[in-house]
Amino acid sequence: MKISLTVNGQKYERDVEPRMLLSDFLRHDLELTGTHVGCEHGVCGACTVLLNGEAVRACIIFAVQVDGEELTTVEGIGNVDNLHPIQEAFREKHALQCGFCTPGFLMTLVPFLKENPDPSEHEIREALSGNLCRCTGYQNIVDAVKLAAKSLT
Amino acid sequence: MATRYFGQRIRRNEDPRLLTGQALFTDDVNLPNTLHVAFYRSDYAHGKILSIDTEEAKKRPGVIGVYTAEDLGDYWQRGPLLVPPPPIKDIVFNERTQVPLAKDKICHAGEAVVMVVAESRYIAEDAVEDIEVDIDFLDAVVDIEKAMTDESPLVHDDIEKNIAAHVVQEKGSYSSIRDKAHTVISRKFIYDRGTAAAMENRGVVANWDERNQQLTVWDTTQAPIPIRNGLAAMLGLSQSQVRVIAPFIGGGFGPKIMMFYPEEVLIPWVSKQLKRPVKWIEDREENFFSTTHERGQVHEAEIAVAEDGKILGIHDVFVHDAGAYAPYGLTVPINSQCTLLGCYDVPNYYSEFTAVFTNKPIVTPYRGAGRQHGVFVMERLLDLAAQKLGMTPVEIRRKNFIPQDAFPYDNEIIYQDFSPLVYDSGNYEPALKRAVELIEYDKFIKEEQPRLLQEGKRVGIGIVSYVEGTGIGPYEGAKVSIDPSGKVSLVTGIGTQGQGHFTSFAQIVSEVLDVPVEDVRVVTGDTLEFGWGAGTFASRGAVVAGSACHEAALAVKKKIHKLASEILEASEDDLEVSGGNVQVKGVPDTAISLGELAAKANPLRGAVKPGTEPGLEATSYFGPSRGTTASGVHAMIVSVDPETFLVNIERYIVVHDCGRVINPMILDGQIQGGVAQGIGNAFYEQLFFDENGQLLNASFMDYLLPTSLDVPKIEGDHIETPSPLNPLGVKGAGEAGAIPVGALYAQAIENAFHDCNLEILEIPLSPNRLYEIISQNKTKEQI
Repeated sequence: MKISLTVNGQKYERDVEPRMLLSDFLRHDLELTGTHVGCEHGVCGACTVLLNGEAVRACIIFAVQVDGEELTTVEGIGNVDNLHPIQEAFREKHALQCGFCTPGFLMTLVPFLKENPDPSEHEIREALSGNLCRCTGYQNIVDAVKLAAKSLT
Repeated sequence: MATRYFGQRIRRNEDPRLLTGQALFTDDVNLPNTLHVAFYRSDYAHGKILSIDTEEAKKRPGVIGVYTAEDLGDYWQRGPLLVPPPPIKDIVFNERTQVPLAKDKICHAGEAVVMVVAESRYIAEDAVEDIEVDIDFLDAVVDIEKAMTDESPLVHDDIEKNIAAHVVQEKGSYSSIRDKAHTVISRKFIYDRGTAAAMENRGVVANWDERNQQLTVWDTTQAPIPIRNGLAAMLGLSQSQVRVIAPFIGGGFGPKIMMFYPEEVLIPWVSKQLKRPVKWIEDREENFFSTTHERGQVHEAEIAVAEDGKILGIHDVFVHDAGAYAPYGLTVPINSQCTLLGCYDVPNYYSEFTAVFTNKPIVTPYRGAGRQHGVFVMERLLDLAAQKLGMTPVEIRRKNFIPQDAFPYDNEIIYQDFSPLVYDSGNYEPALKRAVELIEYDKFIKEEQPRLLQEGKRVGIGIVSYVEGTGIGPYEGAKVSIDPSGKVSLVTGIGTQGQGHFTSFAQIVSEVLDVPVEDVRVVTGDTLEFGWGAGTFASRGAVVAGSACHEAALAVKKKIHKLASEILEASEDDLEVSGGNVQVKGVPDTAISLGELAAKANPLRGAVKPGTEPGLEATSYFGPSRGTTASGVHAMIVSVDPETFLVNIERYIVVHDCGRVINPMILDGQIQGGVAQGIGNAFYEQLFFDENGQLLNASFMDYLLPTSLDVPKIEGDHIETPSPLNPLGVKGAGEAGAIPVGALYAQAIENAFHDCNLEILEIPLSPNRLYEIISQNKTKEQI
């Protein structure tokens, strides 16, 4: 099937099998490998991307389902020389270790902080609870969200 | 000692790439023309293979090759024994290692039987569905205590009673003091299986370049150099023809160092056969079955104490679940055996274990690597003894700590590194004191708990201590060189899985050469860049590789002094290296930049003196005489919901001693993350097998990892007792957070139900299990 979509502001047209997962499509067809795959059953959240601004799990969506839509991946929110404030806060607070789950956390947080620019610790923990991290124990991620919230306002 | 870089909280060099999706993980390697692999894995845990039919799979369009054990020919070999048994008297060790593809017999569910190579992973998985394997199902060995009985089926037909190993280690004579003890307490303790569940599954990408006769392998391994050496030998290549790269790894925690996983043997081989790049990436379900597990042990243990609470001796007999094969030798049960002794002066110790084969996935070290089992048994025995003697948990621990003046302290048994278990240094009392202060232990017991109990709340406090054997040999190396740009390049052989090596190793070098940490470019885990070393395991990176970095930086500094003294016509002693320059002390006019000096050290014309080595570069190796022992105290306050039996952590304190600290931010991260895994292990995570050896909860829907709502903020402090065994005075810290958490949960929950005579003798717990334990002998009113 032919699909066309916009990812990180760039238009793509591709021919994909109907069963191709969005996560595989982004990673292998578009070579946007910043979106990681941790469980392939929608639990770990590592593959979280933005679909028209909302956080979704790319491993349980087919590429054909996003025909005509607008996506943002971790590559689209900042770069090495110009980190997004949430990325900057993650670095400052040591909110990542192996970094594998990190893109998923970042993409969960971008819309969360837009909707809730001044969240309480409990709200932050609830927002993060759909993303699994095996390295950090979460506290530094919580602290990074607090810092990012400050710097975004 | 004043430092500029060592010991400072410095942001990590590796973060920008990781944060922006630019860091290369194994699954990100995307070579043109790549083939993809999927495996047919056994649905049964135990059975004889009667026939394998791959005809339909081979006919499927897009399938390039289908391979069974027979198709591998002479390449089909059992994996090497990674860790031979230590030199312990009268040891029994029945070696049996894993196979690349099951040939005649299936030994655990998930064992690979057929490898399919296709143009895409989707096609390869379709083709796996086409394969028919006829298996004569056999009764499975699941229960580790029954495994040793005459009636048990055999995992390996030629290994009697499924006994993988039998080891006895003894200090003093337990039998001679048992009758003299004031109190003797015996209990049975169970510590069940869990899995590391790194967020990144395993994966291997191999590319055989026929024209250059070169094999390149990207592997999610913690030990790229041993993988290279093994692959070269297996494939009949020279080591220089094989390059193994462990790029960024999405969490290791132990199971990513199991030389060799079947896939690590097969993917490079098939790439060489087909002369195309080949990729296999494990999916999460495969990870539950084919990546190694840890933790199944049953202990029958006994403590003998004097009236004042002093330990007279410990007697422990345990069974260890090795799983279907035991490529990692005895590392895990020996760690349990040795770490049980903890921070305590135990004059008499008898420890006997039997490792048994079962029809379950292989057991190898996972963060803690058997240490938590030993700590659980010892800490529980102390708690039971304290209760009997009317002492507090704090008092009985303080009573038995090895005193500060007793180091080095010889435990008179052999450790996993084959050396005598001698603690190099330690100072346990201050850590306990600090933890008691921070958690306000006495106030909680005297004021908070009675008040909350009156309000109908179940709250409890726990405090436990532990040691962690870290930084074992044999050795690691590092190469430091200064570029003509003035930037420093640092290369070491070990791989990195999130520990911050790109920063902490840079800090060690920066401290010596006085260059900014961001100007030190660190390369780890690429055998082309550095080809000697063992790998990242046993909390040894900072100690062993870190010390090698330090030595190499010192050697470069010496070269700087030597060359600069010739150029500046000054004595080496009169020179100083600072701010990226070398100069005569206090004479900035004489400054030469290190970059300029590096260029001068590599002349393109003219003559050099005999014996001159080019460049400002040095390679050093460090091998400690034995491991260094870190220690700590964890304390927590919990509240237990009397309706749901959910346990909520109200406060969690860690006071930790890992010698000198390289980067407190990174260290705290390691501790916090370790505790999170310990919490999972203690209360959320358990692998359930049925009587047929089927794993019943192989998904993240059913195997619960702790989330941001379950892991609290960890508060704490550090005590610094330097190690005398390395030049930096550092000790390892990677596993410390995870080790004592089970014991801590048990004590704190018991304390919350202190009026119910509750005994927690097993880990993992869960709300369900806690309810069962409490209901066994309590009425609803008592709860």
